[in-house]
This record gives sequence, structure tokens and C-alpha cells, in this order.
Amino acid sequence: MLRKKECVAMLLAGGQGSRLYALTSNIAKPAVSFGSKYRIIDFPLSNCINSGIDTVGVLTQYQPLVLNEYVGNGQPWDLDRTFGGVHILSPYEAKTDTSWYKGTANAIYQNIRFMKMYDPEYVLILSGDHIYKMDYDKMLSAHKAAGADCTIACMQVPMKEASRFGILNTNPDGTIYEFEEKPKQPKSDLASMGIYVFTASKLFKYLEEDDKDPNSEKDFGKNILPKMLAAGEKMYSYRFEGYWKDVGTISSLWEANMDLLGVTPNFELADKDRVIHSRSPLAPPAYVEGEVINSIVATGGEIEGKVVNSVVGTNCTIEKGAEVVDCVLMGNITVKAGAKLNYAIIDEDVVIGENAVIGAEKAEAEKVESKTSGITVLGRGITVSKNGKVPAGEIVDKNV
Amino acid sequence: MATTVGVIFSSINEQDIPELTKMRSTGSVPYGGRYRLVDFALSNMVNSGITTVGMVTKNNYQSLMDHLGTGKYWDLARKEGGLILLPPYSGESETLYKNRLEALKGATAFLKKAKEDFVVLADSDAVYKLDYSKVIDAHIKNNADITMVYHEHELTKSHYYMTFETDKNDKITDIQINPTPGGIKKNYINVMVARRSFLLRLVQDGIQHGYTSFGKDILSPGVKTYNLYAYKFDGYYANINSLNAYFNANMDLLKKDVRQEIYGERDIYTKVNDSAPAKFAPSAIVKNSLISDGCLIEGTVENCVLFRGVKIGKGSVVKNCILMTDNIVGENCNLAYVVSDKNAVIRDNRVLAGCEIQPYFINKGSLI
Repeated sequence: MLRKKECVAMLLAGGQGSRLYALTSNIAKPAVSFGSKYRIIDFPLSNCINSGIDTVGVLTQYQPLVLNEYVGNGQPWDLDRTFGGVHILSPYEAKTDTSWYKGTANAIYQNIRFMKMYDPEYVLILSGDHIYKMDYDKMLSAHKAAGADCTIACMQVPMKEASRFGILNTNPDGTIYEFEEKPKQPKSDLASMGIYVFTASKLFKYLEEDDKDPNSEKDFGKNILPKMLAAGEKMYSYRFEGYWKDVGTISSLWEANMDLLGVTPNFELADKDRVIHSRSPLAPPAYVEGEVINSIVATGGEIEGKVVNSVVGTNCTIEKGAEVVDCVLMGNITVKAGAKLNYAIIDEDVVIGENAVIGAEKAEAEKVESKTSGITVLGRGITVSKNGKVPAGEIVDKNV
Repeated sequence: MATTVGVIFSSINEQDIPELTKMRSTGSVPYGGRYRLVDFALSNMVNSGITTVGMVTKNNYQSLMDHLGTGKYWDLARKEGGLILLPPYSGESETLYKNRLEALKGATAFLKKAKEDFVVLADSDAVYKLDYSKVIDAHIKNNADITMVYHEHELTKSHYYMTFETDKNDKITDIQINPTPGGIKKNYINVMVARRSFLLRLVQDGIQHGYTSFGKDILSPGVKTYNLYAYKFDGYYANINSLNAYFNANMDLLKKDVRQEIYGERDIYTKVNDSAPAKFAPSAIVKNSLISDGCLIEGTVENCVLFRGVKIGKGSVVKNCILMTDNIVGENCNLAYVVSDKNAVIRDNRVLAGCEIQPYFINKGSLI
């Protein structure tokens, strides 16, 4: 029987995420914990299944252990399929060539046979470091209706931030006449979200050509898209309205976590129509005895201390007399009695000793000159000894 | 290790908690925020290294099936063995099984097909954590025909119970059926180990003789003819045999030692559901409570077990309550000693109160 998939998604999950410092020392950015029980990759994977896309290639390269283990056979996202489903695609050795992924376009190019296995009409390219809920099917429909060769999802950003993004300059009908990667003088405020729908035949053609071009950086934004534009292919923009956040920096990761708090949060996780699936842990409900205010707490917690404006991950213990304010606690963290945590991101498996002081009150910490805008970061697996101190804005990846 | 197959009775003793079993099997009664009672026997089996489990069902087992699915959450979705549902068997007789012996008869095909040496039989009306492989070790050591697990506590209710006496070597010397309540007794907890071939012989023999009760007609007289041994379980054990017992067993989870015993070390497996983390509003006040995923707390909660997706509105005060999945409590309500089944909606300004020995029960899906 001839079998095919209309659309195959390719998720770029190989990036190191160096601006997350200690948080990505040992794991790839898409595997970083988010929102107390999720990992960043849950969002694009859930979007896929919620949009009816059941074939996803996840391209890994940097520190893939945690990510591979987490994605597994895709069962938590209903992506364990006999035909299709989720597949981890790591760089491989070939007869004539051994190569790491040399750029976003090269990574996709190296997996051209994977895509062709499903004989798709369309290919959806995604990145693994954004927090958002999006119906890719609507974008795909727009692509089809316009008869486009490539459709790029975009959203409005404040003009002063526009130079951080790939900027689309569009005609009133939505067609793109120019694509500028991080322009110094942006002409528009429409930023590319790094989400592309390609008509498969066009994508394959340009990837194959690009591979032969020795001057190419093998990058979608720098090479593929400009080449397609220059050749007069039909390039469309697709406007997305809703919450979308690049969590590539410590401060944006902290902000995105805080966007989950409140009765009417900026970003709603408890959405029955578009469930964010995850490898939900098998922990009992959280036991709460202390004071928990304006916060979210995952399962397995033993909370006897004070938690204010914070995101608390799975299996965290916060002992009596401990205080956690404006913090992101990722998971499996013990905060011992009397410890004070302020304005910090604490990675998984951290132990904070009695009466330790981590960071400073947000208003104070924000004045501190640091790479993290004053947020204190403790890396995975470290222990802060009794009465230990970590000043505001520091990044720590060794025991203190 | 000796190879063992498990059999769980999911519907036995459902007459004890009619409120909760009207629409479901005993095994699918929700417990402890995110579990069903069957999770305990089933997880005990998995944690004891048992990978083939037959689940004996009776009626209204839709919710049980919905919970168990293919058994993947217990790692029992297997090509060989795994979780096998044993729907009610009706051959010559036109009615469903009425007792354990008939239920076991319905499981004989499953037991014959199994290749394992031993069988563990367990009910699903209790909360406890027991490594059945230890019972099997004792069974082998004693060269027993049947090993019955007991827990020592005061007997408060006589119906459907079995107690026994033993000699100093744990050999059972006498079995009482439906004994008079009162006094610390060795209470059989309906967990039994036998060699598979021996159990099959007993069942066959019992059916042929027209026996109706496994306890009264086979075990009790068997004291003289078989090697019946007792195994003492001295961990936390809560038998859910009344609404009051149900209430207390949930409240026990608020005690640290019970929580650590039941949830510590080895996992209790259950169906996984992707609810968002629990959310505490700026106005939330929570003391001594279990709060599950998907909850939204805007009011005051004290000494409660809240299941997944429970919402407590602003100004409401909820104390000593068990609110099951997706209960919605409006604003300015006052609830005390309430056990509310799934999906109930309690409108603004309602005042509902039961008491410790007689909790106020709200039916599934009620609007109050």
C-alpha cells in the first residue's frame, strides 16, 4: 500500500543555548524545564499533535541525552505511531562523509531521506526554544490557499527590539519582498518566529542547491530564504497573534515562567482545548502546609515554607521557615529550613542548605550589573551548604 | 525468583461503599488526589516483579477499563503476559458470579494458560504497600499450600471478614468466618499466595462439590487437611469498607509518616493525565492539604484532599473535605466534612457540613 503524510514537521532541537549559561551545561535547550512540570520541547510537540501533525523529526546534536530520554517513543504526546510518530534524528556517519549539522539548513538537508520516506506535500520547520500555543494547521491552510512555496510565521514586536530578529518586509497582500536577518535599521516590526511551511518539492530543491554552494552558511534565515526570494518563489507571511516567547536568555526564561502566574495569566497552561502534553511525572499530589501565594506548584511537593510569586517544579521540598520569592524552581529541589531565595532560577536536583541566602530581593537585585539582569542562577545538581551565600546576579555551577 | 502471576478482584466488597460504587467498581474508586484503589494492589504486583496480572471484573467496569487502558502506565502493556482483563464469565449459570469461588472459576482459563509457578490473589479495596515477593519467599520456606496475609488491628465490622489463629511457626490453626467484632485480631486482608497448580485443583474440586464460599467451604475446613500459613503485614493498612473508612484513609495521607510509607521508595503507578500544575492565587490560604495538578485555589483550604482540577472560589472556606476530580466550589461557600464525588458543582454562598463520623456525601456530577 502506498502511504504518505501530507505534512512532516522537522523540529530543530540541536542548539546549545549558550545564553542560558549553567542551565544548558549538560542538556540541550529544548530539554530545559519550564513552567514547573514541562520542558520547552513540550510546546512545539503539543502544538504538532494538536494541529493534526503526527510525524515529527527532532534534530538533536548538542548534549542530547536528557532530550532523547525525555522524548522517548513519543507516547506522552500520542506520537508513538506505527507509521509516522516522533523520531530523534542525530547526525550520522555516511560512506563518504561524517558530519555534524553545520547550520539549520544543513541539519534539515542531512535528513532529506527521512522526509522523503513519507512523501510529504509540505514540510513544517520548527525550533525548539519557544513557548507558545499555535494551530499549525491554520498556517498550513493559508499556505495552501495562497499557493505559496514558503510561508513564514511572524508577529509584531516592539520596533526597538526588531533588530534582534529576522525581519519580514511585506506587501499589503502578505507576500514578502524582503527578508533581513537581524537588521540594524529595521524597516518593519514583523519578526519571523522561525516557523516555516515549505512546499516539499521546493524545499528539497533549494536544500540540494544550497548544499553545493561553498559560500553558504547553510542557514535558513541567511541563505535559503533569501535565495528563494531572489529566484521569485512565492513567499508569504502568516501573522500570528497570541502569546509567543523566545526563552533563549535567563531573563526571558524567568519572565516566561512568571507569565504563567495569576488567575488570568498572560499564558494559560490549563487549556482544555489545546492541552500541553508532557511526560507527566508519577508523583503524588503536593502536600501544602505553609504559605503559598500567587504561585504554581507541581506534583510531589512537600511545601512547609513560604512561597510567593514563584514556579515550583515536581518533587520539591521547601522546609519550614524557608522563603522562596520571585523564583523558578525546576524540579527535585530541596530548600532546607530558614533558607532565603529571591529572584533566582534554580535548576533540577539542587539542595540548598539551612539558612543559606540565594540572591537578593528583586528590586535590589535588578540594580546589580550582571549577564542575567540580576537573576541568580544555580546549575543542575549543585549543593549550597548551610549558611551558604550566593550574591544576586551570579551564575553558579559548582557546590557552594 | 519464583515466577508469579497475579489475580486482582476489582469488584469484590462493593456493597460496603454503595455511595462510591454505584457507578463503578471498587477498584476504580478515586483515592488520594490522583489514584484509584486498584492502583495499590496493581502497583504492589508490579513492584514485586509480577508482569502478568488478570483483572477480575463484574459489572459497571467501564470506569475501571478507562483507568487501566492497555496497562501501559503500570508497564503492563506487554506482548507476553501484561494486564489481562477477565470480564464476567457466564457459562452454564445465567447470573454473574456471586462469590469468590465462582469468580475464580471464571479466571481458570487465564490461570491454566499462565506458565508461572505461583499465584498471588489480591482485592482492590485497600490502601497498603506490600512486597508480595516476600510473601512468596515465606510461602516457599514454610512449604505451605496456601499463605494468607494478615494485619493485626481491632475488628470493627463483622461482615465478610475472616480472622485466624496461628501457632508460633505462623501455621494457621483456626479460621473464623464473620467473627464477632471487638478486640485485636489477626485479620485476613484478602491477599493469598498459592502454587498455581494447587489453586486450580482447589477451585475445580470446590466447583465439583457444589461449594459456594472459598472461605467457608474450602479454607476453613482446610486448616486440618492443608498446610495453611499466615504472613504478618505490619505496615500501614486501610481497608475501605465504609464511607467513614474512606474519609479516614484519605485524611491519613495528611500525616507525614503515612505519606512517606505509601508514596516513598517505590512508586504507586496510576493513569497519567496532563493537567497543568496547581495554581495558588494571591488570595489563597492553604494549610495541611494535598493539592493535585490542575487545581485553582482562590479561597481557604484546610485539612483537605483535593483531586485534579478542583476549583475553590474567592472567599470560600473548605475544611476537612475530600473533593474529587473537577469539583467546582463557587465563591463564599463554607464546606466542612464533605466528600464530593467527581464533577460536582457547588454554587456561590452554599454552606454544607457533615461531621467526622458521618461526612456529607455529594453524588457525582451534582449541582448544589
